[in-house]
Amino acid sequence: MEQEVKLQIFRGDKDGGKMVDYSVPRIPGMVVLDAVHSVQKEQAADLGVRWNCKAGKCGSCSAEVNGKPKLMCMERMDKYPEDATISIRPMKTFPVIKDLVCDVSWNFEVNKKIIPFTPKEGERIFYQYEADRVQEFRKCIECYLCQNVCHVLREHELKNEFIGPRFLVRAASLEMHPLDVADRSEQLVKEQGVGLCNITKCCTEVCPEEITITDNAIIPLKERMVDKYYDPLTWIWRKLFKKKTG
Amino acid sequence: MSDLTISSGSTRFGDTDRRDLWWLPPLSIFLGLSAFIVYATFRVFYNADYVVDNATSAYLLSPLYSPLIIVPSLPSWISPAMLVLWAPGGFRLTCYYYRKAYYRSFALDPAACAVSEGKRNYAGETRLLLIQNIHRYFLYLALVFIVILSIDFFHSVMWPDGFGMSVGSLVILGTVVLLGLYTFSCHSLRHLVGGKIDCYSCVAFGKARHSAWKGVTKLNKNHMYWAWTSLFMVAFADLYIWLVSSGTIIDFRIF
Repeated sequence: MEQEVKLQIFRGDKDGGKMVDYSVPRIPGMVVLDAVHSVQKEQAADLGVRWNCKAGKCGSCSAEVNGKPKLMCMERMDKYPEDATISIRPMKTFPVIKDLVCDVSWNFEVNKKIIPFTPKEGERIFYQYEADRVQEFRKCIECYLCQNVCHVLREHELKNEFIGPRFLVRAASLEMHPLDVADRSEQLVKEQGVGLCNITKCCTEVCPEEITITDNAIIPLKERMVDKYYDPLTWIWRKLFKKKTG
Repeated sequence: MSDLTISSGSTRFGDTDRRDLWWLPPLSIFLGLSAFIVYATFRVFYNADYVVDNATSAYLLSPLYSPLIIVPSLPSWISPAMLVLWAPGGFRLTCYYYRKAYYRSFALDPAACAVSEGKRNYAGETRLLLIQNIHRYFLYLALVFIVILSIDFFHSVMWPDGFGMSVGSLVILGTVVLLGLYTFSCHSLRHLVGGKIDCYSCVAFGKARHSAWKGVTKLNKNHMYWAWTSLFMVAFADLYIWLVSSGTIIDFRIF
């Protein structure tokens, strides 16, 4: 007898919706996105789902599977009990356009506000060992799962005051770049809310690229802000010797 | 088919679609930290049996009471531990790992990822919690404490008849090593030794500072592990010395 996978998929838009039950044939090696595609092909041709590469690299198919932010294309069905019903919902932090498709355009607007790469004048040489640290940040596929799970955006809805982990990662990659000379600290403290992050590491937990967001990007940024704004001895030292770091 | 309102935020604490035991990690951390706080508070006020100091054994001092500062003019209820514990306590209280731990387990902000907190005001680490930025100053003090506890270890191997090693001295050694690993894996230290530099080839001692940063980074990956093991070891060392000092057990000399 053919085994089946039981699903509950959100159907609706920004005004609300319903969880609709589906069941599709279980195929060895199946991922959640396969099951959604099966529903779309056989039972609900109007089911909205955004996807592209199906290889965990385009960051399109972000959703909440059994309440956990996941890339649907990387979430294997065989990790769930065979008789379990799997719920699939759109990301909670962003407005729903249709079914599993969210409007993530807020992120694109935030991105524009970050001071871009500003290389120093003259000879531009740096070494691999200096670049290693920021290369980790380049792995980001902009799936926005970190933005979705961050409670500052998800629960407290502080989108006007906080840019979220994805863009703190981007700011860190620029701030730590050996050739970059721009100073983003004032922007980070006053407009982009680096202090609003309370380092509870949900962003790191959900990152499909396993970027150590909190330890390697956000905490180093916070420490840099301490240097600049909150450390009295550093402030006195700077006043006395007019010394700048890095 | 079930109805769902997909409004922008659930307002009830604990609302989630998660089906795993999401409440277990914060509960475990709550119980673990609470147990230590209760034990340490009791021992601080107990104000006795914190040192083994007699003519037939080595000198063992509880890490909760080290360095031993006795001020006779102070009221008797003020124990020597109260005069020193604020420093390592402040280091842990402002530590990036413990901040995560107590924000999740005590403040439930959030208790777990993708679990609703209930509506409330939120300011993160701004306003009053800007005080967390004092962490690096507690780090400087913590480094001094590593030196002091290392001296305690050397005292613990100096028996009246010469060098010797007991279970007690091994316990103190374990405490010093774990506290050292916890302190040297600190995020602030990682920043101060080299993390703050962008262009290592542009500054004096750049390579050395990059190596130092890499070293602390390696330790930092297990900062949580060092935080817990060192906390446990401090409590265990104190308990061991309490039992020896009170005559409940004998500190076995290995050689």
